[in-house]
Order: sequence, then structure tokens, then C-alpha cells
Amino acid sequence: MTEIIVVTSGKGGVGKTTTSASLSVGLARRGKKVAVIDFDVGLRNLDLIMGCERRVVYDFVNVIQGECTLKQALIKDKRIETLYVLAASQTRDKDALSKEGVERVLNELAEDGFDYVICDSPAGIEKGAALAMYFADRAVVVVNPEVSSVRDSDRILGLLSSKTRRAELGNGPVEQHLLLTRYNPDRVAGGDMMGINDVKEILGIDVLGVIPESPGVLTASNSGVPVILDETSDAGQAYADAVARLGGETRPMRFIDAQKKGIFARIFGS
Amino acid sequence: MGLFDFLRSRPKNTASVATERLRIIVMQERAADGRGSSPDYLPMMRREILEVIRKYVNVDTEAVDIHVTNEGDDEVLELSVTLPERRKDAVPATDES
Repeated sequence: MTEIIVVTSGKGGVGKTTTSASLSVGLARRGKKVAVIDFDVGLRNLDLIMGCERRVVYDFVNVIQGECTLKQALIKDKRIETLYVLAASQTRDKDALSKEGVERVLNELAEDGFDYVICDSPAGIEKGAALAMYFADRAVVVVNPEVSSVRDSDRILGLLSSKTRRAELGNGPVEQHLLLTRYNPDRVAGGDMMGINDVKEILGIDVLGVIPESPGVLTASNSGVPVILDETSDAGQAYADAVARLGGETRPMRFIDAQKKGIFARIFGS
Repeated sequence: MGLFDFLRSRPKNTASVATERLRIIVMQERAADGRGSSPDYLPMMRREILEVIRKYVNVDTEAVDIHVTNEGDDEVLELSVTLPERRKDAVPATDES
């Protein structure tokens, strides 16, 4: 059975594409057949983060409009055998995506034996975001420990529980997870950033993972290598943990405690 | 934290301010959406209470604070109204003559 997972957030710039890339790589690395789809029509970026931007010939909208086959548009990842990327179109036509078209592509992926389809949602709550979540079985809501991001996430949680196929057909709720990104344990300890439990309590759903603010995220996107493949980076390891939890494993949260400072750092500041 | 930071007055814990503000706004927005644990009549009730109070006292829109909390099996409706400081010009604008 194919599981459809939407990576969404409401607010822009919180790490949806970074998360989509790393989750899909992580799942594929565990032997699953994974397709990751960029729903951000007009602002394609997943291809850059995945490092396959020069191999995009056909895109999602081409497939929906019947200008090519799905097979032609799926870009096979060069690192992991079972991973495929479907790029967004750069068209400015907002109505290029249709519910029927998206459904057709998802059905075809299911017939092709994909285990997971990761839908990388655009920011906002407009059509692209609405379609990215509509067919989802599970949702990973990416949130920064910051007021506007948390509030927007709650709007998204509301939409997930009403504007999805599962909600409309009464097939049980979309399983919801929080993924905290840009988490800075030192600032949490200092009292100027909300902690995991604060965010969890406000939004009332479980936390799939906590990705620390890390220089590795930028260097990974610079080079088009999803950060999960950088095993020296804390963010990469935190994503690997999140993928394991997505698969049902229990793993303790890492990288959530403030660094202990030496005596010199304490005296002279950091 | 360095030596000089100790000399400065300790700043307010802004994370807890953020948490508190979000708790309230999220609760209100969930109520308006018809989800969440608090009843959906709260925003309307708040508006009406505010109107009634304003007939007698000139209060701010933020003066009425409504919370629904769970204490054990009971739901508790907590309502607080902040009245303005007692000043001559803050006396009711109603005419009872």
C-alpha cells in the first residue's frame, strides 16, 4: 500500500523543502520505493535541494496535462536506487494543478508500487498547499519555535482535519506529526525561545523530531545534497532519527540540550 | 552568559510570553473554526459582554478576558474584566436623569 505524506507548514521559510528532501532520502535509504513531488508550481526548488536541477526535462504539470508520461517525468536519484523526484513546473499559471490530475498521478504511483509519496507543499493555504494535503494519509507539519510559525501551523492543522479526502470521506483523520526545525537549545535554556514542550502543548500533537539550527543545512543546500546524507551534521542525524520514528521506531530526542560551557566561556561570554 | 551580562538587569523570559500569547490566540482561532475544546460561542459571548460593560464603563477591547480551563472532570469558565483606574472622567457615560 502506498502511503501519502504531506510536508506542510503554512508559513514560508521554515524548512519544508529541506524536510521533504531528507525524509524522502531517509525512507528510500531504508529500502522503500519513494517519490517526492514538488507542489510549489511557479517556484520550483526541490530539484535544487535534491541536486537534480539540471536533469529536469518534464515536470508535474506536464504529466497532469498529458504532455508526457509519468515515467518520463520522474527523475531517478543518482545516490539511492529507489528514490524518484517529480519537479514542479515553473509556469505562472496558478490553475495548472487540478484535483483530478493530482489524483491520477498519485494513483499511477500507487500502481507502480511506490511505498511512499512525499508531497512537498508550498507555503500559504492557497490551491497548491490545499492540493498537496488533500490526498494525504499523514502530515508532517514543519514548525519553527516562533510565534507566527506556530500560529500558522495551527491553521494548517485545522485544514488537515477538514479539507482533506480523509476528512471528507470520513476515513479517519490524517495522522499529524510536528517537526520542529531551527531549534536552538541554548536559546531555549536562556528563556528566549519556546521549547519542545511549549510548542507541543499549544498545538496538542506529537513531535516526530527536533532538528537543531545547524550550519550543515546551508552547506547541504549549497551543494544539492540533502542534509540527512551529511552524517557529521547534527541536523542530518536528527533527520535520520525522525525517519526512524516515521517508520514506527522509538528513539530518544537528541541535540535538544544546551551546550555545557567551560569556565572561560561562562566568564567571558560566548 | 558573560560577566557583564550579570550586571545588566535580567530580561523578561520572552519564551513564556510567546507561549502564553499563542495559547490564547490558538484557543480563540480553534473556537472560531469550530474545533478545539472550548465552546464556539466564546468569541460572540465575549463581544456581547464587552458591549454590556461598555454601557456603564469605558473599557478597552482587551479588558475582557475569557478562559476555559479543565480542572479534573470539570470545565471552568474564567472571566475577568479589567476596569479602568477610578478617575472622574472615567465615570459611566450613561445619563440616568
